[in-house]
Amino acid sequence: MKVGALRETFAGETRVAVTPSSAVHLAKLGHKVFMEAGAGKASGFNDADYIKAGVAIEKSAADLVKAVDVVVKVRQPTEVELKRLKLGQTLISFFYPGQNAALLKLAEKQAVTAVAMDMVPRISRAQKMDALSSMANIAGYRAVIEAANNFGRFFTGQVTAAGKVPPAKVLVIGAGVAGLAAIGAARGLGAIVRAFDVRPEVAEQIESMGGEFLFLDFSDSQDGAATGGYAAPSSPEFRAKQLELFLSQAPDVDVVITTALIPGRDAPKLWTADMVAAMKTGSVVIDLAAERGGNCDLTVPNEKIVTDNGVTVVGYTDFPSRMGAQASELYANNIRHFLTDLTPGKDGVIKHNMEDDVIRGATVAHGGSITFPPPPPKIAAIAAQKPKEKAKELTVEAKRAKELADSRAQTRSQFALLGIGAVLMLIIGLFAPPSFLGHFIVFVLACFVGFQVIWNVSHSLHTPLMAVTNAISGIIILGALLQIGLGSQWVVALSAVSVLIATINIVGGFLVTRRMLAMFQKS
Amino acid sequence: MEIGLTTATYVVAAILFILSLGGLSGQESAKRAVWYGIVGMALAVLATLFAAGPVNLHITAVMIAFGALAGWYVANRVQMTEMPQLVAALHSFVGLAAVFIGINAEITLTDVLAAKASGATETFTGFAAVLAHKSPAEIAVLKIEVFLGIFIGAVTFTGSIVAFGKLAGKIDGKAKKYPGGHALNAAAALICLAFGAAYCMGVGILGADGILGSSFTQLVLVSLFAGFIGWHLIMGIGGADMPVVVSMLNSYSGWAAAAIGFTLGNDLLIVTGALVGSSGAILSYIMCKAMNRSFISVILGGFGGPQQLTMQIEGEQLAIDSDGVAAALNDAESVIIVPGYGMAVSQAQQSVSELTRKLRAAGKVVRFAIHPVAGRLPGHMNVLLAEAKVPYDIVLEMDEINEDFPNTDVVIVIGSNDIVNPAAQDDPGSPIAGMPVLEVWKAKTVFVSKRGQGTGYSGIENPLFFKENTRMFYGDAKKSIDQLLPMLG
Repeated sequence: MKVGALRETFAGETRVAVTPSSAVHLAKLGHKVFMEAGAGKASGFNDADYIKAGVAIEKSAADLVKAVDVVVKVRQPTEVELKRLKLGQTLISFFYPGQNAALLKLAEKQAVTAVAMDMVPRISRAQKMDALSSMANIAGYRAVIEAANNFGRFFTGQVTAAGKVPPAKVLVIGAGVAGLAAIGAARGLGAIVRAFDVRPEVAEQIESMGGEFLFLDFSDSQDGAATGGYAAPSSPEFRAKQLELFLSQAPDVDVVITTALIPGRDAPKLWTADMVAAMKTGSVVIDLAAERGGNCDLTVPNEKIVTDNGVTVVGYTDFPSRMGAQASELYANNIRHFLTDLTPGKDGVIKHNMEDDVIRGATVAHGGSITFPPPPPKIAAIAAQKPKEKAKELTVEAKRAKELADSRAQTRSQFALLGIGAVLMLIIGLFAPPSFLGHFIVFVLACFVGFQVIWNVSHSLHTPLMAVTNAISGIIILGALLQIGLGSQWVVALSAVSVLIATINIVGGFLVTRRMLAMFQKS
Repeated sequence: MEIGLTTATYVVAAILFILSLGGLSGQESAKRAVWYGIVGMALAVLATLFAAGPVNLHITAVMIAFGALAGWYVANRVQMTEMPQLVAALHSFVGLAAVFIGINAEITLTDVLAAKASGATETFTGFAAVLAHKSPAEIAVLKIEVFLGIFIGAVTFTGSIVAFGKLAGKIDGKAKKYPGGHALNAAAALICLAFGAAYCMGVGILGADGILGSSFTQLVLVSLFAGFIGWHLIMGIGGADMPVVVSMLNSYSGWAAAAIGFTLGNDLLIVTGALVGSSGAILSYIMCKAMNRSFISVILGGFGGPQQLTMQIEGEQLAIDSDGVAAALNDAESVIIVPGYGMAVSQAQQSVSELTRKLRAAGKVVRFAIHPVAGRLPGHMNVLLAEAKVPYDIVLEMDEINEDFPNTDVVIVIGSNDIVNPAAQDDPGSPIAGMPVLEVWKAKTVFVSKRGQGTGYSGIENPLFFKENTRMFYGDAKKSIDQLLPMLG
């Protein structure tokens, strides 16, 4: 199939859906990759880089859409872009179908297959295509960098000859992917990091990143994990407690990073105007939820404002775009992994398998109809234990019956073997001379003893066992010793060689066994 | 009086050998068991020297001295990782000795019969005297015994040499099919049988005085063809099946000794040969069971042709560096290490031991899971770990530890492949389907230390490497683990 990446038309967007390195991987899946001219420029990839990676360049967006079967991009499609697509073509991009009903209708009308990267189910198998997570990770990191940029002091505490510098105190609200990334980045710069989340169970994750979890002293906290890893809106009682906590934190912290988002809704207002007012001059608020209205009352989307009391409130909505090269690389990999799942044969043939949880979940329009919202995934977000195929517990009677049957079968087979053995013995006894039979009895008994003894040898001692039996099989030296005294030169010579090699065997075997056994020791 | 004393000593020696094998049931009693074996062997040799009389004693003394020196040298010099090839090489000696002694018996028999026919009244001594008193029926049986001894001995000899070559890496370990395959073996076996029958009945092929007429020539030819069978048979078996092959050859060397014992009428040889033979047979059986394969299918050639894998493997192999592994180990509370042949190859057992010591010092529960066929010799891994002073009470067998994997934080797989392959359970089309495996994938995280992306000896793709909770830790096992050591604690 032909896969083509469009140039992003949204102002300030620097990302691109295919990078030269992901193009190489896509080619390995059997796809031919196309690009709109200049699509990677904003993220630092020139057309020449793409051509080197085997990508064909199309002059305009219209040409590209005409040339390919699958269109990939970053931002949700514009109406113009969507109208260019025809029946049978597939679009893979962010889509936000919950907020873009009109766009979804249009996709239905155009009978295109639309895959929303923001709808990839959050299950383990789909992590590698979870673009929201990879973008959130970048946003969290960038939020700390923006905060540091706007904060007039060090993040790390220092004691210098010129005086003591206190470490910055950072409060992160919402410990999703972005929040955790922010905690890690802020810790990395040396700040003291506190974090809050409505889900108490993420405390461990926060602490693992080096943050301090701010618990609400609260009896019946709600469990927010049930809705697929996002916090459900909290009860009024909970909210009151939470505001109280934030208000007490506001005068103390230097940087606040808010990351609270609830899927399909406006961002909750968590950092109110009076909290901003309570903050020290020079403090910074970074609102990662600005695109959905912001967690802070004073946030102006896409702008950085400074309040009357000198607090900087940053409401940028394009954090991933501010790190275009990195964001493109990760997003392009997410896209590539999704295409890998769509191309199960690695033969360049796309199979849009609507039975697959991940593909079904992300597909919002398919075959001329809207397929959003998807049915609940078959696999729960928090992996449930696979039902064990337990061997059925046998009832006492069944057990007894089985034992009886087993013992009967054993008796039968033993009798059969004994019978065959007895017949063989009789035949041998009929024909063989008595001197042979005497030895034969010894032989059979020795075999029997051997079988009985060896079953008890412990598994870990099998190698020493082999070395010992090997040494003991050097007993063949007896034969050579018995013959070495006999007349013929030949016999003496051959016996002498046999004595030599049998001795090597005996001495070597025993010494090696001793060496081995000497090593076994108890702790 | 003299014969009575020898027999009594033989009884003591036989009992000591049985105690010696039986003592291997536990680590502590095993140390004593070796001494039983050594004393038993010394008694047997002395008694036999005494019984055979002081003829050619100087040759015997020199040969024993040289043999002992060589054996001592080899045993002290060999690396524990080279144990499989050493055992295989030693087997070949027993096989060769059996062939020589069998041929000696034939030469002596011819001499005795010729002397008797000519009516000479010279007195025979030792073995010759025994032969002189045999009836024609007894001589017929004796010939069968000689034939069997030589046949088994020759198969053991060449088979062990090939096994040695494969284990030492001097011969390509892959299963080789030669044109003709098993038909060639069958033909060689038939020829051996034909010569054997001719030998036993005392008739010459191509006329009584023809080229192939003398019974001596016939025996030499039998040993040559049997040698071919041994060589060809083991060449056709892949490296992964070597544990079975080595214990099988061990068994053969015992049967050869027993056959020679019949020839010479020596009960101690019979008893000891039977002990060794049955012990090797049981070991082979245990190995086969551990691999869920029948003995016949192992002998008739290993994983030979290209196998069709019915299940497609999804996903990709995710690599990890030593920082990641060290971090996971530092966070883990329980660790299970699964060693395989790769650990032996890179001589990583000392590093693994050091890793174990550090992790245990940090208060973590560290255990080893040993699959019955890990390595190239039964119990191979146990010996290597013991050499590196890993305490044996944390080294557990598959059945003891398989249920603990779901409660384990980190599993480190070091150079093993097939024995941790989930396809054995999930994929009925896999060539190893049904083989019991270590269920490492049930642990929270699995690290696989492996040289590269290639498949193991059996050439089967391993879905474990593609699992979500598996990370590939590429590189030489010893170097990889040495990298980890400073990062722990």
